[in-house]
Amino acid sequence: MEFFLVTLLNSLSYGLLLFMLSSGLTLIFSMMGVLNFAHASFYMLGAYFAYQTSVYVGFWPGLIVGPALVAVFGALTERFGLRAVHKYGHVAELLFTFGLAYIIEEVVHLIWGRAPVPYHIPDVLDFSAFSIFSTQYPAYRVFMMLISVGMLIGLYLVLTRTRIGLIIQASLSHPDMVEALGHNVPTVFMLVFAGGCALAGLAGVIGGNAFVTEPGMAVSVGTIVFVVVVFGGMGSLAGAFIASLIIGAVQTFSVAFDYSLLDLFARFGLQIAVDSGWRELWKVTIAQAAPVLPYLLMVLMLVIRPKGLMGTREG
Amino acid sequence: MIKQVLRSTALAAVLLAAGTASADGVLKIAFLEGLSGPFANVGEVGLRHLQFAVDRVNAKGGVLGQKIEVVPFDTKTSPQEAQLVFKQLVDQGIHYMMQGNGSAVALALSEAMGKHNARNPEQTVLYMNYGAVDPALTNDKCNYFHFRFDADVDMKMQALTNYIAAQKDIKKVYLINQDYSFGQAVAKAGRAMLNKKRPDIEIVGDDLHPLGKVKDFAPYVAKIKSSGADAIITGNWGNDVALLIKAAKDAGLKADFYTYYAGGLGTPPVIGEAGVGHLKQVTHFHSNIGGSRTAANVEAYRKRFPDAKDDYYWVSIQTAINMLTRSMEQAKSTDPVKVAAALENMKGEQESGDVYMRPDNHQLIQPLFVSTFSKANGKDVKFDVERTGFGFKTDARVEAKDTVLPTTCKFQKPKG
Repeated sequence: MEFFLVTLLNSLSYGLLLFMLSSGLTLIFSMMGVLNFAHASFYMLGAYFAYQTSVYVGFWPGLIVGPALVAVFGALTERFGLRAVHKYGHVAELLFTFGLAYIIEEVVHLIWGRAPVPYHIPDVLDFSAFSIFSTQYPAYRVFMMLISVGMLIGLYLVLTRTRIGLIIQASLSHPDMVEALGHNVPTVFMLVFAGGCALAGLAGVIGGNAFVTEPGMAVSVGTIVFVVVVFGGMGSLAGAFIASLIIGAVQTFSVAFDYSLLDLFARFGLQIAVDSGWRELWKVTIAQAAPVLPYLLMVLMLVIRPKGLMGTREG
Repeated sequence: MIKQVLRSTALAAVLLAAGTASADGVLKIAFLEGLSGPFANVGEVGLRHLQFAVDRVNAKGGVLGQKIEVVPFDTKTSPQEAQLVFKQLVDQGIHYMMQGNGSAVALALSEAMGKHNARNPEQTVLYMNYGAVDPALTNDKCNYFHFRFDADVDMKMQALTNYIAAQKDIKKVYLINQDYSFGQAVAKAGRAMLNKKRPDIEIVGDDLHPLGKVKDFAPYVAKIKSSGADAIITGNWGNDVALLIKAAKDAGLKADFYTYYAGGLGTPPVIGEAGVGHLKQVTHFHSNIGGSRTAANVEAYRKRFPDAKDDYYWVSIQTAINMLTRSMEQAKSTDPVKVAAALENMKGEQESGDVYMRPDNHQLIQPLFVSTFSKANGKDVKFDVERTGFGFKTDARVEAKDTVLPTTCKFQKPKG
């Protein structure tokens, strides 16, 4: 019970962080049709900007400065990069973001070096918030969840209660129609791109010190974010939200299951010969397979329901 | 005709190789390590130690009149990348290489070197391993030109389990390791030795996690907690041990950690107060082992690298360079074949006492220490680690002769 509750909370905090990352990606993708390969790099930039800010003025300003800088950077990227290659079609845009991811990584190497930077959680949040039976739950994780939920509510309000939100929503499903109605779609695109990047940056600010801030952090979350978007369905924020929580739970809980197919076979009275070449494969436990499970889920989803969990458009 | 051409090209190759080695009067040592990627920090620490050791040699005029130059290569801690890098260093005519982080890399390098040396005896490369401790490297997969200066997994596990066996209050042990050759070797040795020495101890968990990929150890810690373990054995290094212990601290896990690399740079600042009395390591050195030159060397290192994140850790690098240069002086040559012949019978001494190279598998035999993370007190914990105010205190010293284990190594000495 104790284990279940703790792991549930862990999976929730991780899932919410994933959502913060993937919400921006799904917004950008569904609106602009740009599969932003550099999205996770903006996550990394958020962490590094926040680290640099924390060196001078402490953690809290970084919470604002980090995402703001990333948003500016994102807006510039859209205005002077993506828009320029837009006329060459989606492949050019894709390649552009792909290259951008490499450039950002190398620039980070140049400025901050290849080793992790000492970006720590602030002392005020370095205590245990509460105990579940005998396990302490760190306050910083509660803080992460609060920020994530706050962002979730903020995003929901912006999308449903503001004029720009309505245009964005409309562009999610009917981009051509919105353009036909005379809205300044390029500016909306730039805002969405900047906003999506800012969300990734914010995730970096709070994820960077909870885990590690290092040049490899973009690559380590990059693929998983795509899994979330594909699994949840293109163009669906609700889908991305559910997918984030599911993927978070799968990754967190699977660590605990030391069961393998061998055990499953044994339950049905099936014995695999000790000298069978396949035995090693059947012996792999769920815990050991944990890193591949999200990808397995994505492949299954694509086979069964190509448009994803709650997708509105065929990919 | 063809034979003649072949012969003359071979001769030219030999002359070229000999030329690059000594023409400029510089002896190059390639340093192969992950200098980017998740373990970049660990690689850089090794590089600074090598620089420190080499500077001392050069300050005394070098070896046989040649200055030593360190040439760093980035392996990204990947076996494939390391093999490519090996080709580069051969192309540059380098005959000596050093590596220590990642047994998977070490195994790939040792194999590549073995093949290369067999085919190109005139371009022989000698490999000094300061920290890759998979037992296979000095057993089934040993290589005549591979020399290891850190104690292997089994030797360290022997020391660690002897210590654990004496702790009567330990009833449940949890093994958590990185999923590659080294981590698997730790898990296997830990399980086997504990079963033999303390059959009453229950192994309540045996996890292997991906190397360098886990950023959040909270799920693993929740699992350890629910297993009721009172001791954890881990061979994790770099970020993998720092993040594991950080997650354990956050969750308020009370169990003791028995580690290989908790004292490795970057980890002590993360642990802080929470590790006092609970965190143990088995190593060939820490700053508080006593001994004649320890204090002087720690202070000299801190003077050279004053950053708080630097500290004297890899004595094996210092010893490797000492024994290498003495072997060269004894052989009166920098030819790796002659140097290897001298090195395999070389005796040496380091901070912890007398050491010697074991000729039958090229493993350095040296004292080992089990130590506990403690508050620095100016007496038996004179030096802290990375200026944290905490350092390691020796619990047990294992004499060199007691670390010797049987080996299955059978290598062929090169002829001539």
